[in-house]
Amino acid sequence: MLCNDIKSAGVLKVGVKADYKPYGFRDPSGAIVGIEPDLAKDVADRLGVKVEYVPVVSSNRMQFLEQGKIDLMIATMTDKPDRRKVVSIVDPNYYSSGTNVLAQAKYGFKEWEDLRDKPVCGIQGAFYNKKTAKEFGAKIVAFKGTAEAYAALKGGNCVAFVYDDSAIVAKTKDPEWEGYEMPLKTIDDAPWGLAVQLGETAFHELMSDQIISWHKSGRILELETKWGVENTPFAIGMNKKYQ
Amino acid sequence: MDSFYEWFKILYDDTGINLPFLYDSYDRGRMFDGFLMTIKLSLLCLFFSVIIGMIGAWLQNSPLKWTRRFVGGYIQIFRNTPPLVQLYFFYFAVGALLPKIDNGYGGEMPLLGGFAWAVISLSFFAGAFNVEIFRSGIEAVPKSTVEAAEALGFSRLQIYKDITLPLAFRVMLPALNNNLVNLVKTTTLAYAIAVPEMLYEANQIWSDNVNVTEMMIFMLLAYFFLVGILVWGMNRWERAMKIPGYG
Repeated sequence: MLCNDIKSAGVLKVGVKADYKPYGFRDPSGAIVGIEPDLAKDVADRLGVKVEYVPVVSSNRMQFLEQGKIDLMIATMTDKPDRRKVVSIVDPNYYSSGTNVLAQAKYGFKEWEDLRDKPVCGIQGAFYNKKTAKEFGAKIVAFKGTAEAYAALKGGNCVAFVYDDSAIVAKTKDPEWEGYEMPLKTIDDAPWGLAVQLGETAFHELMSDQIISWHKSGRILELETKWGVENTPFAIGMNKKYQ
Repeated sequence: MDSFYEWFKILYDDTGINLPFLYDSYDRGRMFDGFLMTIKLSLLCLFFSVIIGMIGAWLQNSPLKWTRRFVGGYIQIFRNTPPLVQLYFFYFAVGALLPKIDNGYGGEMPLLGGFAWAVISLSFFAGAFNVEIFRSGIEAVPKSTVEAAEALGFSRLQIYKDITLPLAFRVMLPALNNNLVNLVKTTTLAYAIAVPEMLYEANQIWSDNVNVTEMMIFMLLAYFFLVGILVWGMNRWERAMKIPGYG
């Protein structure tokens, strides 16, 4: 049903991140690029339509999908059971990442417990904020977007920034972030899910098939290399599994 | 009390109406902290913005040209820019220029945190409007009254604080009410610089529990209640200050 709508409209509206290098971010010209926009483009090509990127953030991405502002969401979303009640997350998972922090090496953090009672920057709406505050006793200072959180970290408003390890790895290689490291053990390594609206069975199946073909062809590994990320164990494993 | 909270857990299981800030002790704690933070932020900003309004209106009538110009410039800058932009400006731009202090873990942190900047920024924002509101009240006091006070040998400060201001207050209270109500609502913007007030906590709770609708309804009612108390208090004050036959 939706597939036909998309075909007749000639446009596939995909919710992607615009502040999450290298998964979805803006290039100097302002266009949204990255691994997830590339994946979205694959889907549009398969449907034979144009792709339109709608920038979303963690706290509104599911609502955008529910309200039909987007047809498909590929926005670094961790696959969680309560989220499956709200949107239709497609199996198998297309990616995976865990939680870690970006912090100055001079603090010498070794354990998550070292963050206790210290201000730690975060992103509003991220699920690991609660865990970092509740279990490790950090004082979360959460901002709307990553740009503000990175600025606050640099400005010393917090001693660390709790975020997805996949994004932090990219930062630690950035010369602008010299002296910063990803010191802790990654926790909560969890799969990411792309999602369609609940009840869109046909589109769901098409996406499921698409994800398998991405894993099979090594497309994910290829995009990781293209955007400067080391191949993750998850992507390598999935590629082997579907080979 | 526990069974009361437990009832909301049952409500969730039975009807799907999810109010974790009642049944989950962690969410309850942070929602309550957010509520206190909103009240603290509101009270401080209300207090400082009224003080700024009072002093600003006094300086506006200063015989010194540059003092008047300075107040005029302040009003133009703070009234003509959005409060969110001001918050970001203070927190990220001004905050980065101020000297850093030791954070106790071997690093440095800015002199002022998000909360301090929110109080400063929102007080100056609402204060700019308050100066104009105070001015409207002061200008409504008949010139002959001021002249009579001058004839009796009152100084400029005495006239302002004992004659003009008390009369002006009665004229400008409705306008002041409006601005202060707006100020309480504007404190929600502080979530942009990570001040953990009510909207900030609600946002985190709805992200963790995917119960946006319930949280939105709760937020609406919570602010309706908070601002309602302020309006009720201000209206009572207005009535108490009424002078028969004046204003």
